[in-house]
Amino acid sequence: MLSPAADSAIVVVDLAKSYGAVAAVRGVSFAVRSGTTTALLGGNGAGKTTTLSMLLGLLIPTSGRATVLGADMPSDRHRVLPRMNFTSPYVDLPKRLTVRENLAVFADLYGVRRARERIDAVAADCDIAELLARPYGSLSAGQRTRVSLAKAVLNEPDVLLLDEPTASLDPDIGDRMRTYLERYQHRTGCTMLLASHNMGEVERLCDDVIMLRAGVVVDQGSPGALIARYGRGNMEEVFLDIARGRADERIAGSAAEESTA
Amino acid sequence: MTDARHEGIPASARRVRGVLRRHAYLILKSWTRIVSMMYYPTVTMIVWAFVTLYLAPTNDFLRDAPGFFIGAVLLWDVLFRGQLGVSLTFIEEFYARNLGNLFVSPLTLPEYIAGQLAISVARALIGVGGACVFAYLLFRFSIFSLGIPLIAFFANLLVFGWAIGLAMSGMILRLGLGAEELAWAAIFILAPISGVYYPIAVLPSWLQAVAWAIPSAHVFEGMRGVLQDGAFRWDHFWAAVALNAGYLALGAGVFAWAMRDARNRGTLLQMGE
Repeated sequence: MLSPAADSAIVVVDLAKSYGAVAAVRGVSFAVRSGTTTALLGGNGAGKTTTLSMLLGLLIPTSGRATVLGADMPSDRHRVLPRMNFTSPYVDLPKRLTVRENLAVFADLYGVRRARERIDAVAADCDIAELLARPYGSLSAGQRTRVSLAKAVLNEPDVLLLDEPTASLDPDIGDRMRTYLERYQHRTGCTMLLASHNMGEVERLCDDVIMLRAGVVVDQGSPGALIARYGRGNMEEVFLDIARGRADERIAGSAAEESTA
Repeated sequence: MTDARHEGIPASARRVRGVLRRHAYLILKSWTRIVSMMYYPTVTMIVWAFVTLYLAPTNDFLRDAPGFFIGAVLLWDVLFRGQLGVSLTFIEEFYARNLGNLFVSPLTLPEYIAGQLAISVARALIGVGGACVFAYLLFRFSIFSLGIPLIAFFANLLVFGWAIGLAMSGMILRLGLGAEELAWAAIFILAPISGVYYPIAVLPSWLQAVAWAIPSAHVFEGMRGVLQDGAFRWDHFWAAVALNAGYLALGAGVFAWAMRDARNRGTLLQMGE
């Protein structure tokens, strides 16, 4: 399911990153099918952001290989970066510029056609039209998250990497953003790789899940398959099993129950 | 949605415009920023103008070339503004935590550097231009009295400032914002050996050898040639051009090395205040 196939938009093979003696990512392999949404899950320090950074070309791997849309990252990144975008809580936008000015800058960087119309369109979609004239620094955390999402879809990317895309959003706006992402993917066929701690979001948006712990892929599958395999009611419980190292006992327990039945 | 060519502008030029646009928005919406760019060169120019007024009656050189100190301070500021324009553009991205956004966009490092250099020209023109206007209004000194050689002096100092600014950007990227002071202070180590206010010949011989290895010493020696003898020293001009080519390559190399190092250490996503 998550092994490389002809239609994989993202392929990662034995990817590793170490900082001196500290191994942040230790030989992970997975593939993300075109047009699907995959979640990269794990506790803090599991290696999610490091993996996303290597897929964006921001970080040079210690070993292994990552390709996005057929281009090696980071060596061949400039061939595909115009077709990618991302959001991350680790970056921000210039605070003194208005939201429209910030988006105009990124429209230039991504070569967006009919920039003004496109900015108006994504502003309407991300519910930030009334914020366009305001300095980015004057916005609330939730409003900034929506602006970051608008920046991320400004160039209509074919591959979207989302690190905590709905963090800081209230349930109403969060739900609207998820609906927007679903519609966006349905309309464009975009491939999404999502790091999130919101398991409801993962169940709703994701076709596949990759579970990381201490820089290693410990399990992968669809949300439904993982829930069934661990004998749990939802992804939150599966996440806790894996994060707390209870995965093996749970799977053994589930298998025993199945054989008894 | 993206296009390699748009409105007749190549994609690469458009990305450079994006970098320019980001800083133009910042500068043009803040009159305090514009005033602060002109403030230091104007105040320094005024001080040296009064020094000239004080010394000129008893000094043959200043009597013959009364604009010497004013011209020197204005040209020194071209070097300073050229360097600051590059370094501060980079520091702004640090404070904004915007480096990650910039460098996952299609923007290449040469395009980013081209944007930095263009902003540096704008900052130098605003800062030194303002001081030049005041020099004329208050003391009737026109920097244009240097004639065509002014272009050669301006260009050589600006390019040397770029080289230092790029190297400083690389150092800040490597060492973090704790090294921000480098951007403000680094240039002043060159002041004693640039011969801004005195000929290189007054330096000890070993220091003269060091001075001739930097472009600014040749520029200020050339400026004295124009003001004192009315002659443009081609030897100093070409020496400055050749040295600048080397220093600019070195500065860009340091910045490129630091950027690759940041991609290795994973600091592009973490940097900020």
